[in-house]
Amino acid sequence: MFGFSLRPRKPSASTAKERLQILLAHERSGSGGASPDCLPQLQRDILEVIRRHMQIGDEAIDIRMERGDELSSLEINIEFPGKLGVN
Amino acid sequence: MSKDLKLEEPLGKVIVVTSGKGGVGKTTTSAAVGAELARRGHKTVVIDFDVGLRNLDMIMGCERRVVFDFINVIQGDAKLKQALIRDRRLETLSVLPTSQTRDKEALSREGVEKVLEELRQEFDYIICDSPAGIERGAQMAMYFADEAIVVTNPEVSSVRDSDRVLGLLNSLTKRAEQKGAEPVKAQVLITRHNKARIESGEMMPVEDVLEILAVPLLGIIPESAAVLRASNLGVPVVLDEPSAAATAYEDAVGRLIGEQIEMRIAADRRPGLLQRLFGRAV
Repeated sequence: MFGFSLRPRKPSASTAKERLQILLAHERSGSGGASPDCLPQLQRDILEVIRRHMQIGDEAIDIRMERGDELSSLEINIEFPGKLGVN
Repeated sequence: MSKDLKLEEPLGKVIVVTSGKGGVGKTTTSAAVGAELARRGHKTVVIDFDVGLRNLDMIMGCERRVVFDFINVIQGDAKLKQALIRDRRLETLSVLPTSQTRDKEALSREGVEKVLEELRQEFDYIICDSPAGIERGAQMAMYFADEAIVVTNPEVSSVRDSDRVLGLLNSLTKRAEQKGAEPVKAQVLITRHNKARIESGEMMPVEDVLEILAVPLLGIIPESAAVLRASNLGVPVVLDEPSAAATAYEDAVGRLIGEQIEMRIAADRRPGLLQRLFGRAV
């Protein structure tokens, strides 16, 4: 309760600048291959490729993205039915 | 009581946050109201209707996690559950971001209706963050609303625009068009309230604004450094450190869900000398 910190906190404005720099770098560059408009197509393509090998539904795919400063990650989860319908 | 209710089925109430004028605090309000409802245990989603100028994701702090958006769902390119972003602080809170690249034409009334119907099946509260203006995007945000929060600054152009928006809520909404339907329940939320400037006669007092608009008052949010800090950090103001603005939003949400809470205007405590010298005590 009485713990005074001698170090000032990082000002919120510098956090704002960092967040904007990361976001705008992605938006200006067309997101380095992950522009908003390419993701639906990417999803369709992934589904199509997987369907060549097994049967999955339209809702079986879940794409998540985390944009970072240095790199971004794309996480793709695909749910299969209990038994793999391998051709 | 509300907990028992939630076990049965979600409330499915659509609330639009609108104003006409830009920059009055719609997105701040959408984020704060959504987060406070969620913190109280209500399943809540906040939708960004500002197509082409997405900002709700920044204010809520989920801008790095947007994959699909509202427009992708309307156009059938993604399922709703793929576009919903679950908040990392509150599991009852979700965000449906809008597109940064499309134009407002992408919002079709049928598409919006379909998405809202799906959300009503799952959420207690669906908060629609309207774009500024009274054009297509703003009309889409309000069309299916059950209730409206009209965000107003005590300033002439804002009050005038709020009056215009109140007129639209009474004419250009589904509830206005349906015979026998209850009208959209509209309440005014005064933001950027500055007590000192009102006392010195520079700013219209709340009573004057209410007299002109003639709708009930939902709350008074004081002008507060906490609002800028919260948007810098990407944290809804009610989830950041305690502040007068956060308390005011908590009270407003209590009233929104029917609690009787006396109208009070809190003020931020000025930091003491020691705090100013040594930074904040944590």
